Amino acid sequence: MAATISAAFQVRVNQTYCKGCEICVQACPRGVLALNDLRKAEVRRPEACTGCLSCEIYCPDVAIHVEEVAFHG
Amino acid sequence: MADLLALGQERQLMQGNEAIVAGALAAGMRFYAGYPITPSTEIAELCSEYLPRCGGRFIQMEDEIASMAAVVGASLAGTKAMTATSGPGFSLKQENLGFAAYNEVPCVVVDVQRMGPATGLATSPSQGDMIQARRGSHGEYGIIALTPSSVGEAYRLIIQAFNLAERFRVPVVFLTDEIIGHLREAVTLPDPGSIPIINRAKPTAPPREHRPFKPGADGVPVVPNYGDGYRFHVTGMIHGEDGFPTSNPDVVERNVRRLVTKLTDHIDEIYQAETRHLEDAEVLVYAYGGTARSAQRAVRLAREKGLKVGFYRPVTIWPMHDDHLRQALAGRRAVVVPELNLGQMAGEVERVARGACPVHRVNKVSGGILTPEEILAAIEEVY
Amino acid sequence: MALTGKVDVEQYLRRDRLPYMWCPGCGHGIILNALIRAIHQAGIERDKLVVVSGIGCSGRASTYLDCDTLHTTHGRALAFATGIKLANPELHLIVLTGDGDAAAIGGNHLIHAARRNIGITCICMNNNIYGMTSGQYSPETPEGAYATTAPYGNIDHPFDLCALVQAAGASYVARSTTYHARAMEKLMLKGLQNDGFSFIEVVEQCPTYFGRKNKLGEPFDMMRLLKERAVPASKAAAMTPEELAGRIVVGELHHQPRMEYTKAYDQVIARAMGGAE
Repeated sequence: MAATISAAFQVRVNQTYCKGCEICVQACPRGVLALNDLRKAEVRRPEACTGCLSCEIYCPDVAIHVEEVAFHG
Repeated sequence: MADLLALGQERQLMQGNEAIVAGALAAGMRFYAGYPITPSTEIAELCSEYLPRCGGRFIQMEDEIASMAAVVGASLAGTKAMTATSGPGFSLKQENLGFAAYNEVPCVVVDVQRMGPATGLATSPSQGDMIQARRGSHGEYGIIALTPSSVGEAYRLIIQAFNLAERFRVPVVFLTDEIIGHLREAVTLPDPGSIPIINRAKPTAPPREHRPFKPGADGVPVVPNYGDGYRFHVTGMIHGEDGFPTSNPDVVERNVRRLVTKLTDHIDEIYQAETRHLEDAEVLVYAYGGTARSAQRAVRLAREKGLKVGFYRPVTIWPMHDDHLRQALAGRRAVVVPELNLGQMAGEVERVARGACPVHRVNKVSGGILTPEEILAAIEEVY
Repeated sequence: MALTGKVDVEQYLRRDRLPYMWCPGCGHGIILNALIRAIHQAGIERDKLVVVSGIGCSGRASTYLDCDTLHTTHGRALAFATGIKLANPELHLIVLTGDGDAAAIGGNHLIHAARRNIGITCICMNNNIYGMTSGQYSPETPEGAYATTAPYGNIDHPFDLCALVQAAGASYVARSTTYHARAMEKLMLKGLQNDGFSFIEVVEQCPTYFGRKNKLGEPFDMMRLLKERAVPASKAAAMTPEELAGRIVVGELHHQPRMEYTKAYDQVIARAMGGAE
């Protein structure tokens, strides 16, 4: 029985570094991120992330890290 | 002209500007950045010729501001660096000179003074930048300034300028004038091997532990060189021992005051003056630089006439050694201060004298020199 | 195509200095992070890297990099960097400057660093304003825009900084915007690899001053505007001056390798040492 491996991505937002500029929220092509009540970015739709890294590359404050999480599906 | 890299100890004719370059090379100067300006241009030309011959580097920058910046950069990269200029260029250098003083960057800035203000008289001497050497940049900082009175002294003194710069991590202003700069006279130079050369201290602690602007017991920090793996920060913003900006009032106060006290606390190590006939002098003549040559002769002529006149020649202009000067002034009936300006050092002498000894100014701002006869006339007037 | 080009940027930073002091949405962070990714890909030895910055918000960038850094007087970063590089050509020099620092007070030094083709990679963070001093106009502020010292609208005309630097003799000239972050990184990498004077102008957003004063919206709105205005160099070549008005020409604009200054001086040393008159 062959195991299939699907990649999923974990997006983490450093709440200390995040300044709530909303660039990541608007740049993300999949609407993964949104601002929370504290005006900091947080992950709303983790399952939609494709690992394009736009958020990480665009974040001016090194607040976002995207990791690949492999799991067997 | 002799080969400045292979000078012998026999008596030889030399120009002041040549002696400055020869001495600087002997001191280990291996980087020059400058901009041509009369009467300092010979220094740039000689450096452009001699530096590459000993593996050093010369660059003619686009202006004096850039020259000072490049000198600071080169020194931070670990090289003994020098620039030379005259009044207008000295004015341009002040911002970056203040940066060098604040960041404790060893370097030598030669100012071959000419008549100012403004474009002035490019080929005429003056001593008009004396206060500017101390106070040219904004804010508070310390500076060392040295003034030679002969070509031979220029050679020995420029070596000391580099030594002091390295020892105290401070810019040293070599305040000469068009008289000494363009004077040709016979010199007997010391064997360069006989002169001690001081190099800046290097950190002993490893990079992660070393604090680049932490003063040692002597008040001088051991700042690393770029490229040695210390990954340190140098900024013009007021900073703490770690090199990073701070506005903590205690740190700021301590940091700024130390720029001055690291020098004044060691005044005996820094200060040099030549004195003559202090044992019986009724009147003292205080003179420096090119004017000291005329003053020296005036003192001799006065003594030949039976006048008890003494001679005080500061070689270190800044910082002043108030105690040393005050002792020399004690008991005199007057001190005559001949200067090619309107009394820049006379004001300092007055400050030190505190009214105990009248200060008689002999000033000339015509572009000409003060003659021994003019100074003698002033001595006789106050005697 | 997942996680392509991911670099751990934080390993290059002085972590105890974070977070960056810039306003929310400021483009400086985007530019600095792209530069770090380029430095990483270039494989530059950290202990031989010296980053020199001028005065302004761009000037604060040097505080954050974990390497030898120098934060100089206004407009003079290139002159300080020239001294460092010439004194020790083994060092790898990067200068971070802004539109005020490089185009106004530093213009002369920019011309001559380019003319010498000295081995420095110069990143000009162009946000069309003097940000640090709260929003005065710069030599790159568009005509008609508002600034604190142009309350009636700017009558000054901006100029093409890249054209100036190319004319002065730089061997590598490129322009990008913060919207084009990935392309920016590649241009920076090429600049770092060029042995000579490399100039990369990055047009970016100052949401707090330029943006607010000229009602340009949120940070990402400003970045979208940069995208709309951008036109690739290859396409711009066929456009008329009228068509190019208000556009930002991006990409590699000039690449003409020629001898780097310190190497030319090495030859001077060889000549001076080798032969007596």
